[in-house]
Amino acid sequence: MNVLDVRRVRDRVERVPRRFLPVIATFVVFVLVFGTGLVRYDNFGSPQVLVNLFVDNAFLIVLAVGMTFVILTGGIDLSVGAVAALSTMIAASTLEAGWPPLLSVLAVLATGTTLGLLMGLVIHFFDVQPFIVTLAGMFLARGLCFLISVESISITDPAFRSLATGTISLADGVTLTYSTLIALAVVLVAVYVLHLTRFGRTVYAVGGSESSARLMGLPTGRVRVGVYAVSGFCSALGGLLFSLYMLSGYGLHAVGMELDVIAAVVIGGTLLTGGVGYVAGSVVGVLVLGTVQTLISFEGTLSSWWTKIFIGALLLAFVICQRLMVRRAA
Amino acid sequence: MIRHHLFWPVAALVVLLVVNTVFNPSFLEIELQDGHLYGGVIGILRNGAPTLLIAVGMTLVIATRGIDLSVGAVAAIAGAIACTWIASGGDALTAMLLALCVCVLLGLWNGFLVSVLGIQPIIATLVLMTAGRGGAMLITEGQIITVDDPLYRQIGAGFLVLPIAILISLSVLLAVAALTRGTALGMLVESVGTNPRASRLAGVSSRTIVWTVYVFAGLCAGVAGLMISSNVNAADANNAGLWIEMDAILAVVIGGTSLAGGRYSLAGTLVGALVIQTLTTTVYSIGVPPDAILVFKAVVVIAVCLLQSPRTSELFGSRRRAGPARTRTPEVSAV
Amino acid sequence: MTDSSARSADPVVDMRGITVEFPGVRALSDVDFQLFPGEVHALMGENGAGKSTLIKALTGVHRPTSGEIRLHGEPVEFTAPVRAQNAGISTVYQEVNLCPNLSVAENILLGREPRRLGAIDVRACRTRAARLLDRIGLSIDPGSALGSHPIAVQQLVAIARALAVDARVLVLDEPTSSLDTDEVAELFRIMRVLRDEGVAILFVSHFLEQVYEIADRMTVLRNGALVGEYLPDRTGRLELVSVMLGRELGTLEEVERRSGGRDPGTAPVLTARGLGRAGAIAPFDLEIHAGEVVGLAGLLGSGRTEMVRLLFGADRASTGTLGVDGRTVRPRGPRSMIARGVALCSEDRKAEGVVADLTVRDNLTLALQAARGWMRPVPRRVADALVNEYIEKLDIRPADPGALMSALSGGNQQKVLLARWLITRPRLLILDEPTRGIDVGAKVQIQKVVADLAAEGMAVLFVSAELEEVVRVSDRVVVLRDRRKVTELAGDGVTVDKVMSAIAAHGDQDSAVAS
Repeated sequence: MNVLDVRRVRDRVERVPRRFLPVIATFVVFVLVFGTGLVRYDNFGSPQVLVNLFVDNAFLIVLAVGMTFVILTGGIDLSVGAVAALSTMIAASTLEAGWPPLLSVLAVLATGTTLGLLMGLVIHFFDVQPFIVTLAGMFLARGLCFLISVESISITDPAFRSLATGTISLADGVTLTYSTLIALAVVLVAVYVLHLTRFGRTVYAVGGSESSARLMGLPTGRVRVGVYAVSGFCSALGGLLFSLYMLSGYGLHAVGMELDVIAAVVIGGTLLTGGVGYVAGSVVGVLVLGTVQTLISFEGTLSSWWTKIFIGALLLAFVICQRLMVRRAA
Repeated sequence: MIRHHLFWPVAALVVLLVVNTVFNPSFLEIELQDGHLYGGVIGILRNGAPTLLIAVGMTLVIATRGIDLSVGAVAAIAGAIACTWIASGGDALTAMLLALCVCVLLGLWNGFLVSVLGIQPIIATLVLMTAGRGGAMLITEGQIITVDDPLYRQIGAGFLVLPIAILISLSVLLAVAALTRGTALGMLVESVGTNPRASRLAGVSSRTIVWTVYVFAGLCAGVAGLMISSNVNAADANNAGLWIEMDAILAVVIGGTSLAGGRYSLAGTLVGALVIQTLTTTVYSIGVPPDAILVFKAVVVIAVCLLQSPRTSELFGSRRRAGPARTRTPEVSAV
Repeated sequence: MTDSSARSADPVVDMRGITVEFPGVRALSDVDFQLFPGEVHALMGENGAGKSTLIKALTGVHRPTSGEIRLHGEPVEFTAPVRAQNAGISTVYQEVNLCPNLSVAENILLGREPRRLGAIDVRACRTRAARLLDRIGLSIDPGSALGSHPIAVQQLVAIARALAVDARVLVLDEPTSSLDTDEVAELFRIMRVLRDEGVAILFVSHFLEQVYEIADRMTVLRNGALVGEYLPDRTGRLELVSVMLGRELGTLEEVERRSGGRDPGTAPVLTARGLGRAGAIAPFDLEIHAGEVVGLAGLLGSGRTEMVRLLFGADRASTGTLGVDGRTVRPRGPRSMIARGVALCSEDRKAEGVVADLTVRDNLTLALQAARGWMRPVPRRVADALVNEYIEKLDIRPADPGALMSALSGGNQQKVLLARWLITRPRLLILDEPTRGIDVGAKVQIQKVVADLAAEGMAVLFVSAELEEVVRVSDRVVVLRDRRKVTELAGDGVTVDKVMSAIAAHGDQDSAVAS
């Protein structure tokens, strides 16, 4: 290949804006991982396997959307798993106490959002690092779970159960759950908010340079507090979806899920330094994690802790690739 | 006195001790039995030893503007290796050396990712945090391995008048203090943590320094892991050292070292670790269900952080200098 | 005064008795300041004079302890920058305060994007941004990422942003410190257009020439107090400088020196043969001898910083060789060059020099300590002696070795960084823009130090955007253009005119200029 050809190829590559490269890379990884499954297992190719990725990870997608908001501002939210667990707990215990399901759902969403809002206020007004504040939030939410009950509470409410077990048939007997639709709706709303509202643009601006954003007269405080409220809301909603998935509330639900969520967001190409990343990337990140899990369950003989090792390795590979890409670009 | 950066952490510690004494009047008593000291305070020291040790390593990591999330997983690996070795008929000393060697390697790995590849510390160590516990499960094959070795017992549960565990942790703390403040190491660590680029251009071998602190943190985590597993005579890959990284980070932060890197305080870390451990003991002694301990931890953390925050003093009008002043320089693009 | 009608109008900004106090410091005391529509009003003063504080009081970043600000005759109190912006006061700061991760268009319109049905109208954003860029004559793609453009362009984008609101008052806080001559001319053209439209412009610059070229009126501050108001056509430069400094001139001329040149017998301290780095600077040859000051001149982006970073080993060369004392070396980073007696004072003081959390003492001894290794700390007594010596020699204020570096002004930080290298006794000192953004007094002091060092036998490579300065201190001037070394001037060839024509020449005239 002579120099001219190389240049032509490079030109073509550069026509894809560089900011989309990480998301594309994630998608390629997803295709590769999924392709491995297709090659190794016969029934991996059934559409239901693909759809189940969304069904089984609906709650994770919702949590990842909230986390993306926070990480885009350069923050981090370690409380998402615990808040999700608290949500399952509140939902289960209020339903057990005979609350109407709608009221129960509202209570969960209000609690999650309030917790997130409070954390955001502390982070912003007292200038304490997000890592520490949300760590405290994680302890608080887990502790509250056990104050409600140390036992698992099962959900018997008929409305909840029908929502959980109800399915929507697509073609060829492929079925979706309502949770999946809710998760996809959350993704669409998030894309709209991030790209077509001033709040969303300010999220990116704060992540790019907070001091600049402040000097530009943007409402940085409102946004910094707001993203934690968004994340709290998403955690609560994710928790609700999780309670639909498990049909129980338990203080030990979703332990360590915050790490899966952060891993998904990072694999999705969002920089932890803030300002760069897309919700779509996070969704693909969740799908990659889900595929790994599916692969291991298809393998059958592998113990569940292999999932952790695979996710770690994947995270590593991805971070190193990103790093090399940034270096070459610099 | 209120201006001193350790005022609020020490105050929190004193309050916790007073609460303990109120609920349990014999709390402060210390008895000598068979040449061993016993008592509530001694118990705190003994149970807090692993957290303190890990927090010492964490302090240096945080001072270089880093963080090590993998220490809990590393501690689990150390326990798993030592117990597996002993259970398969090996000698306890070799087992511990082997475990610590592996932990040094894991520290080297973390340090390599951070200092050579330039990956953000939180992500670089998240890799090992996620994968490490899986690794420990592989070593123990998913079982809880119990051992009964008198020498191995010593490190976590032994006594030399005081519990051996706390003696180890305190001597490491003192050695680190002497090493960093007696030489220029402390200043160079703070310089790297405050402004890595400027430090490199001034000829500071930042890479070596950063790499070293991660190796040291790995080693501390390893010793702590041995203490934890020795204390219960078993390796539990799932639960050993679970959340200890969070406790250690909290101890460092309560002690007044900022997560933004730069100036650090080992004395603060000691107080911070004691606050965390005393809190746990307090919750037990006042009869709150142990599962709810997390709520109290959250409250204390938030209280101490808020009281230390310069913004609080601004809001309440006093001109207290809360810890060292911090001005962050922009970080070079990472990841 | 070029525009007499401005005087008769009412002031758009009227600040009376402004006092700003910070804990322990009175940054501004009882300052009056007026800004009229349709004028360019320069705010002058040394570092620490209170210029930034006055600007920040006006733009709502700081709140005055006492005093009154009137806008269009109405008393106002801005509690946040956004309030000032909404009232029509737009500010462009010295350091570009935009978001590099967003597109040019987004940066221009952030916070005031046109919306349709509640959603941002992306297409309208583009066209509006394009129109604003057009107005200031900048032809770049509004959809491109801001971070992909050079600093100078980003600065102009910041001005476009300032124009996006219907600004009645435009504050330009040292906008020219990172612009080259053409870009400054472009900026001035835009400023004149805006002034003629009736915008009141507050302009801060360290460059006297620029102030005399553009300003209609000048206000001088010193030590947080008002010295007076001056008209450029009635105030000589010497007079202005002396009121800014508060002392008689003369030190300025003292620097004038021209050493006798070098001893041709000895090997050069530093030799570069065909040294280059792809994408940064084309291969070049360079020799620097002991006892001479070599100036490095060129426009912004001509490769000055890239060249010195290669010489210091901060970046890896892709071609050529580097020699110290005639022996070839392969630098593996700054450390190996420092060990051979080369020192670099970086142009980016904040990001690459100052260690803000540490004390002046630690900052000053950092390079020495790094060279000794952590095992052998510099004894406290030795450190204190060195620190006190240089605090006195360079007149560093406050003269407190225990003060935090972050508490010092830019000029004093620069002096500490200079001292950091001087105490390592380097044989070649590379100074990349050592006088940028610092006041006249500190500037002269640094130039004087450079002259003294060369007289003592040190080799100095002096980089500066100010040609007068380069010419004044250098024995020899290396000229860069478009990331390429184009010529070297020595002896009588070292004049501002010749350097300028070498910078401005077309490629095919290089040989003519050199001869």
